[in-house]
Amino acid sequence: MLQPPLPAAQFWRLTAAGAFGFVALWSAVALSGITSRQFMPAPWDVVERFAQLLVEPFAGHVLHEHLLSSLGRFGMGFVLAVLVGIPLGLLMAWFRWIDRLVTPIFEAVRFVAPIAWVPFAALWFGTGIGGPVLIIFMGAFPPVLINTYRGAKQVDRKYIEASRMLGASAFRGMTEVLLPAAVPSIVAGLRISAGLGWQSLVGAELIVASSGVGYLMVKGQAAVSTSTVMSGMAAIGIVGLLIDIALRRVQQAIEHKRGI
Amino acid sequence: MAAIVFDDVQRVFHQNGRDFVALQDINLQVADREFVAIVGPSGCGKTTCMRMAAGLEHPTGGQVKVGNAVVREPGPDRAVVFQAFALFPWKTVWDNIEFGLRSISVPPAERKRRIEQYIELMGLGGYEQAYPHQLSGGMQQRVAIARAYVLDPQVLLMDEPFGALDAQTRVVMQEELVRLARKNPRTVLFITHAVEEAVYLADRIVVMSRRPGTIREIIDVKSIREPEDWDQHKRIEDVMDLPSFVHLRTHVWKLLRDQLGNEVH
Repeated sequence: MLQPPLPAAQFWRLTAAGAFGFVALWSAVALSGITSRQFMPAPWDVVERFAQLLVEPFAGHVLHEHLLSSLGRFGMGFVLAVLVGIPLGLLMAWFRWIDRLVTPIFEAVRFVAPIAWVPFAALWFGTGIGGPVLIIFMGAFPPVLINTYRGAKQVDRKYIEASRMLGASAFRGMTEVLLPAAVPSIVAGLRISAGLGWQSLVGAELIVASSGVGYLMVKGQAAVSTSTVMSGMAAIGIVGLLIDIALRRVQQAIEHKRGI
Repeated sequence: MAAIVFDDVQRVFHQNGRDFVALQDINLQVADREFVAIVGPSGCGKTTCMRMAAGLEHPTGGQVKVGNAVVREPGPDRAVVFQAFALFPWKTVWDNIEFGLRSISVPPAERKRRIEQYIELMGLGGYEQAYPHQLSGGMQQRVAIARAYVLDPQVLLMDEPFGALDAQTRVVMQEELVRLARKNPRTVLFITHAVEEAVYLADRIVVMSRRPGTIREIIDVKSIREPEDWDQHKRIEDVMDLPSFVHLRTHVWKLLRDQLGNEVH
């Protein structure tokens, strides 16, 4: 059974205790000497390295430049996933034959991890922009399609009947009935999709030669600088969290407008 | 010429591997600009009749014609008012009323004029930019009625349109529909299980029996209503007090009661 919500003070105390416990455990392991600092940098090593990366170029660029080029690739892959996923999901929900045509292939392909496309991304696009965009797309596309399709399929039949009796074309049925009705589900899908797309980034940037947080981490690994790798992990985590918070705001604004 | 024709219509459903006859021997002609109400106990197939005229369902025998063409699919020439309103929640009142007009070729200026006319007629002035969830049930159903009337359709199909409203709102809406129907006569097929509503609104009443749904009797209300001049009374309760109304209501009620009796024994 669900428990009632915690009082605010307790909520924040527990959050702080969790974070503190994590850092304490990490510090203890780093200081204990079980393993070398090379294998397990202490939190302050990472913070120091993170600050250093912001001012001192590593792998050709400072950290926020790497982040910006990662965000650019992520944006392209994500937007492409949205531009293909939403219309395809609507078409599948409206036309049974398109559903039949696409679903079996999609259901099989979506279980292939985005990173498995790395060899093909490299073969097809070399070190061009296409490779990482393809991999991010592979991560971000399934949730957009699934949530658009499910959201559109769950539209109350009465709205579809109303649109048909009012003479709406298939195009208007999809854009003016299915799409707005599916918006809450689509936005929830976008959050999952952005998360998975952003996660796929490191894999995508393994094959990029000149910039990106993933690239920075690969170079950090080559230089046996674990604190650099961890700084990259921290940057990915922080930016991922910010993307999710932004999309959650959009979701709340839409739900508020709908009176949900 | 009849606007709606049910020609030997039959509807069989397949359920759990068994056939069950929902409607049988339905023969009915609704004249141009006639208001016909179908009453019957729940499960008699009256809603199915309306849905077949709308093209949302299809007969398994016989055919349904509207304006001499066999009905094959839904279209704006047969506008439906649903019990559950079915207004698009993400569209404003104005956009909901405009939705169907955009499917039929009506020039924008004419479109605007017509929408304004029905907003005025249905007392929706000031709510043009409101969303359905901001309106009461009665107001929502006014929007749905405006959305259907504004198309100027060949026939209007109403499926228990006041069934989801509270009793007071319902009476107001019935009075308004009478006002609208007399001022602006249209061919209407009106489905209800409320006897008084049917007697008050309709030119003719079709009483149905259930399982299988058949037409039990067709009653001509108009030939009684007009000489008795019901429409001079503005309020439904004044009409309901007239002996001619009471007599008709009792007659329809007994026909329906007989069915229920059969069911129980």
